[in-house]
Amino acid sequence: MKLWMMQQNLNNRRNNNFRVNGILDSGVEGVYKSPPALFYFVLHGLFCLFSLVMGFRFARLIIFLFLSTNNNSTSITDYLYNTTTTPILTSPTVITTNVANGLTLDSPPATPTLQNPDTVSNQSTPVSTGSHIIVGRHGIQIRAWPHPDPIEVMKAHRIMERVQAGQRLLYGIKNPKPLIVITPTYVRTFQNLHLTGLMHSLMLAPYNVTWIVVEAGGPTRETAALLAKSGCRTIHIGFDQRMPILWEDRHRMESRMRLRALRVVRDQRLDGIVVFGDDSNIHSKELFDEIQSVKWIGAVSVGILAHSGNPDEQGDENSPLPVQGPACNSSGNLVGWNTFNPLSHGEKIGDNETVLPMKLEWAGFVLNSRLVWKEAEGKPEWVKDLETLENDGGDLESPLSLLKNGSVVEPLGSCGSKVLLWWLRVEAREDGKFPSGWIADSPSEITSGKKVGGTQEHKGKHTDKTG
Amino acid sequence: MKVSIYAFVVLLAYASLLRIGAEELEQSQQTERISGSAGDVLEDDPVGRLKVFVYDLPSKYNKKILQKDPRCLNHMFAAEIYMHRFLLSSPVRTLNPEEADWFYTPVYTTCDLTPNGLPLPFKSPRMMRSAIQLISSNWPYWNRTAGADHFFVTPHDFGACFHYQEEKAIERGILSLLQRATLVQTFGQRNHVCLKEGSITIPPYAPPQKMQSHLIPPDTPRSIFVYFRGLFYDVSNDPEGGYYARGARASVWENFKDNPLFDISTEHPVTYYEDMQRAVFCLCPLGWAPWSPRLVEGVVFGCIPVIIADDIVLPFADAIPWEEIGVFVAEKDVPNLDAILTSIPPEVILRKQRLLANPSMKQAMLFPQPAQPGDAFHQILNGLARKLPHDNSIYLNPGEKILDWNAGPSGDLKPW
Repeated sequence: MKLWMMQQNLNNRRNNNFRVNGILDSGVEGVYKSPPALFYFVLHGLFCLFSLVMGFRFARLIIFLFLSTNNNSTSITDYLYNTTTTPILTSPTVITTNVANGLTLDSPPATPTLQNPDTVSNQSTPVSTGSHIIVGRHGIQIRAWPHPDPIEVMKAHRIMERVQAGQRLLYGIKNPKPLIVITPTYVRTFQNLHLTGLMHSLMLAPYNVTWIVVEAGGPTRETAALLAKSGCRTIHIGFDQRMPILWEDRHRMESRMRLRALRVVRDQRLDGIVVFGDDSNIHSKELFDEIQSVKWIGAVSVGILAHSGNPDEQGDENSPLPVQGPACNSSGNLVGWNTFNPLSHGEKIGDNETVLPMKLEWAGFVLNSRLVWKEAEGKPEWVKDLETLENDGGDLESPLSLLKNGSVVEPLGSCGSKVLLWWLRVEAREDGKFPSGWIADSPSEITSGKKVGGTQEHKGKHTDKTG
Repeated sequence: MKVSIYAFVVLLAYASLLRIGAEELEQSQQTERISGSAGDVLEDDPVGRLKVFVYDLPSKYNKKILQKDPRCLNHMFAAEIYMHRFLLSSPVRTLNPEEADWFYTPVYTTCDLTPNGLPLPFKSPRMMRSAIQLISSNWPYWNRTAGADHFFVTPHDFGACFHYQEEKAIERGILSLLQRATLVQTFGQRNHVCLKEGSITIPPYAPPQKMQSHLIPPDTPRSIFVYFRGLFYDVSNDPEGGYYARGARASVWENFKDNPLFDISTEHPVTYYEDMQRAVFCLCPLGWAPWSPRLVEGVVFGCIPVIIADDIVLPFADAIPWEEIGVFVAEKDVPNLDAILTSIPPEVILRKQRLLANPSMKQAMLFPQPAQPGDAFHQILNGLARKLPHDNSIYLNPGEKILDWNAGPSGDLKPW
């Protein structure tokens, strides 16, 4: 409160000093000018003294008694001590000013203040002839029900929607391209959780999405049920191998699953921008807006949420930035790649140590789907054919192996300085007992301190999904 | 006889040719004027249309005042200082007063600041009077027309009435020595003593670099419906309310303080400029004076200004179509502000936003350094150029005296 008052004073045009000066000036001059002015000055002083003693604006009472010709039913005290709520409810009309009589009804609780009576009496000086604007005290108009009207609130929201649509038309992306999201997945405890998160991100993106989900070990009913809820077009494919246990093997298999999905894109000649959305990654809404500007192949910066079981390792001064992505020189051209390679990492899914991504993850790249088509207009010659990749069985670490020349990649997101998605691999530990269907039957099981974030996978025992 | 008839026919033909020629001239002049309608006029280039002579006053009227208090360069009355600097290096300046159309007197009357940074107007009339005495005694041009071809920049609250309180300002009226000069001021209210006929209303100064540095991407969705930051009650000068802003600001607070559509408060946040860019409507109610820098900020940030000030005259009203850009709400209609704003059709709102997005509109409200084409300096010169050519009646006959040098309160007559 005090700060606010001080701020008011700072922002104020005139301090009390000025008013005192002004009044003294006029007062002093007035005294020397004429007896009526002198009389008025003395009266003013008397009123001030009375007000000080009595504790309310004495002048108002006097003026009311002298000038009251209108006999309202309200008593004198109502005029002197204006209350807030009751007058508003009883009088359905707007309370306005009554300037001519020298009285006003203001609605904020007028704590009796020590005001100079001359501000009450010398009002209603019209600005000039022909103007209806009066300089002086006005009433504060409050309508009978000063609260929001729900119909108007809805109208305002609709106006704002129109305004925002207009903004998108003016400044946003024209001709948005559809997205093709490729997700390799497999059955494990957290599968439904991860897929639900990804599904929500895709549902929020204001574009047409075709979601290709490749499931290791064959398509399952639960996954199909989840995909049906997504509301976008889904292609659910099975992959005939089970997911291996070691991290490196898992990476390689995921890449092969993605190639399988790219084959679907090629066969069905799907048009749009291919996004490699891994199920446990976190995507921002800006990612989908930013990738609309890709021509053939683009790269964005990926934040690595590397989980470390050993807290001593982090906070190392030499630890690099956990961001993977394109690196640019000052003129905005791609000159290299930022990778994240701290020293130790986990080997198995289920290690207590840091799970690290490969040097460059598929998730950080986006492609124009025409790159994988058999024939497409304007398809550049630096892209290898999909079939040669599969047959060679070569290094499938990142989409860069699709290219003959790595320098054609377009860096997106302010040349890689904006991190638009985050890579995360969090799975349940093998001995973790998560309730089936996430319905907790007995609380004691839950509170026995299970550690999530370890990296063990359920072994064959739990074939039913508990996620 | 035949010769005379022949000569008469030739004369007629010649006369008709002359008339046709005159008509063509007139038509071309007409087309020039038609293109000067609101909106196009913003792009006019004043260079070549007028010449301004800048009086060389001693530095006690300008430089020394600024040296004493350099805060004058940043407050909302800084237009007088920047106008001087602009004119000194502008191509419209002429060093030969005989060919000048307008005369400018660089006197900084709004630079006597309190410790809080607010200008005191008590010495301004004396300063102005002293400056006019100087120019009338050292150059013959003031007495030639009693100042009718001179212009002054008076950006204070009530212009050349030189007082911050409206009643006192009305009592004083415009300084009598300035009754024939053209005033370039921020204050404008119809039928008010302090707005002279023929004045040019300008926007208050707002720092252009500061505003540019707070721009956010234009595709950020506008999610605030109505935005306002400022005082509702001026507690130290008008605790009961009803005096400040003629009760309009207090009415806004009392009616809409719990309305979720209205983001109004007295707290001045760090993200003030960014918030304005996320708002659809920005309130610009009157305060102690009807004008405020919120109008400039609203136009620059694309927020539709809702002007709540009866009879206000907005800056460059003859060049900017304010009716099509902003929303005008009468002070008595403030309790229904939410109904008024929500009943505006969305197409109208989109159109207003498109007009506001026009860069020439934003440029016309700013005083950038160095000056750029289409900015407020050029609009002022355009306004002055539109008042040319001067009517011959402004020139006084020898010995004729119009101005009374001893008019006004006795405090003004003391030398400065």
